[in-house]
Amino acid sequence: MLTILFDGIAYGMLLFVLAVGLAVTMGLMNFINLAHGAFAMVGGYITVLLMQRLGMPFLLCLPLAFAGAALLGGVLERTLYRPMYARPHLDQVLFSIGLTFMAVASMDYFMGSTQQIIQLPDWLRGRTEIGSGSWILGMGHYRLFIVAVCAALTLALQYVLARTRFGSRLRASVDDQRVAAGLGINVNVVFLSTFAVGSGLAGLGGALGAEVLGLDPTFPLKFMIYFLIVVAVGGTSSITGPLLAALLLGIADVAGKYYIPKLGAFIVYSLMIAILIWRPQGLFVRKGGK
Amino acid sequence: MNKRTFIQAAVMATVALAGAQALAQDNKFRIGLLLPMTGPFASTGRQIEAAAKLYMAQNGDTVAGKKVELIIKDDTGTPDVTKRLAQEMIVNDKVNVLAGFGLTPLALATAPLATQSKTPMVVMAAATSSITQASPYIVRTSFTLPQVTIGVADWAPRNGIKKVVSLVSDYGPGIDAERTFKDRFTFNGGTVVDAVRVPLRNPDFAPFLQKVRDAKPDAVFAFVPSGAGSALMKQFAERGLDKAGIKLIATGDVTDDDILNDMGEVAVGVVTSHHYSAAHKSPLNQKFVEAFGKANKGLRPNFMAVGGYDGMRVIYEALKTTKGAGGGEALLAAMKGQVFESPRGPIFVDAQSRDIVQNVYIRKVEKVGGQLYNVEFETIKDVKDPGKAR
Repeated sequence: MLTILFDGIAYGMLLFVLAVGLAVTMGLMNFINLAHGAFAMVGGYITVLLMQRLGMPFLLCLPLAFAGAALLGGVLERTLYRPMYARPHLDQVLFSIGLTFMAVASMDYFMGSTQQIIQLPDWLRGRTEIGSGSWILGMGHYRLFIVAVCAALTLALQYVLARTRFGSRLRASVDDQRVAAGLGINVNVVFLSTFAVGSGLAGLGGALGAEVLGLDPTFPLKFMIYFLIVVAVGGTSSITGPLLAALLLGIADVAGKYYIPKLGAFIVYSLMIAILIWRPQGLFVRKGGK
Repeated sequence: MNKRTFIQAAVMATVALAGAQALAQDNKFRIGLLLPMTGPFASTGRQIEAAAKLYMAQNGDTVAGKKVELIIKDDTGTPDVTKRLAQEMIVNDKVNVLAGFGLTPLALATAPLATQSKTPMVVMAAATSSITQASPYIVRTSFTLPQVTIGVADWAPRNGIKKVVSLVSDYGPGIDAERTFKDRFTFNGGTVVDAVRVPLRNPDFAPFLQKVRDAKPDAVFAFVPSGAGSALMKQFAERGLDKAGIKLIATGDVTDDDILNDMGEVAVGVVTSHHYSAAHKSPLNQKFVEAFGKANKGLRPNFMAVGGYDGMRVIYEALKTTKGAGGGEALLAAMKGQVFESPRGPIFVDAQSRDIVQNVYIRKVEKVGGQLYNVEFETIKDVKDPGKAR
């Protein structure tokens, strides 16, 4: 019972790290980036390559996966994404989904389409159990690690967005680009760094998730639907919305598969539909704004 | 040269050329190999392609005076693509034999085309029992899941495993495995306390394995398609099922030779039953594994490769028997009833069901010379697909 809850939380946290970058680009920058999963895949493959070919330790790979995906995100923002900001949403969707398919095909070509396997360090394997009987709580060490990393990230993000100068500049740029630019904010730089960080977070999520979710070239397509659900249910105006949505989805998914295996895969979708009927704008909507 | 003679000469030259071409075409024997070369099941395609090419390299490409030509196309593991490509191969390329078929739905989608065009169809991988019943032109050289499942269902109760939860991927072969295991295991005096089906594209085994753990069985019987095996195995250890005293028994797909080495220590000791292991002890297999590795940068052949290798042999032998003259019917007749020694041991293409009859081995994962292998320790001789009895 508690074990299922814990697994659900860990799964949800992982979904959150994967999707939060999308929430930022979609909600704050008003850009629909369906290639988000591709950045996550890049992060995963960076980890796999560094570990398999260079024998780097897992912990070192995580920041490198973040950096690699962020760098790629930055370069693509400057070259491909920026001209698309002013275009209608449909164009953005077609453009980014095209990018996704290109990423899938090229990963397939360069890395082969088999599942990539990574070997975790020993201290991340194994599991701790507390309690007994039906209230037993079993925690896999790796899942604990995921929860810890994600919690730290959430706090950091919330702090940056709500309290720092950069956060207020970003919010200002989003609400009205022209006025923000007039106030001396370099909107291009703000957007560039935001997009890079969003992609980097996806990369980190991919690196963390390679062990739990599996990693192959179809990763972006397989998980795009989950990202979109997180963002749609959570709303895109804050960090807490997607976080709660991701937790809810993670728990519902794991518990559904445990208690009603026959329906397991559908629970998530039914939940999403129910929530969206109840609150079409997502669970948390910022009052005012655009 | 005046104009008329020039035209005559040109026409004659064209006719002669066309004739020569037609003659050359008559003298070719085309095998259309449909395989998933990209997508999640690409490893199946890669193994079979390598094995088919190896067989041709070893046995030459001229058989009974005909030049054998292999046409390989990538069906990406999607049934409608397989069907379209098969149609193209029959109509445009005029293939004499269709072969390959990495997954059950791919084979089933193509079966009606084989019947209509009277083209023999050699299934080298797909393993649902019912496939050979989909067309009288299908011959299978791989295996069926019921065939390899009964081995472990017989072995388990003899070794103190009485209570089992089965965990299978939710598609044709998985359901075949689940049903066969339950029937056989119950017949042998065991009980299946729960049957869990996992979606085929499931990212995370955690909740399902937790369910298994809470049921506290002696063992879990698993079938997942090759590739997902390593994820299952890791989760099995991470969830502490081994420490809770639950054993893992499975069909050989889970400990596929292709990925076994990457699974690491968690795989050691897992008991499976299957028809082929790269560690099968026979001179023929040693030669096969060595040649396969040499031609493919040290790649280890798995059960898919052996299905492709034997499939090519069945086609070659049929062509020899018909002396290169026969059409589809004659080729099919020559494929039925072939008996020969394969790298996996003696095999036999049953003339009546057109399905393969072979030995099934019980194996345990062991470390041999620093590498993980499925080491065979028991043989069940000449197993016919039990699915056909029903």
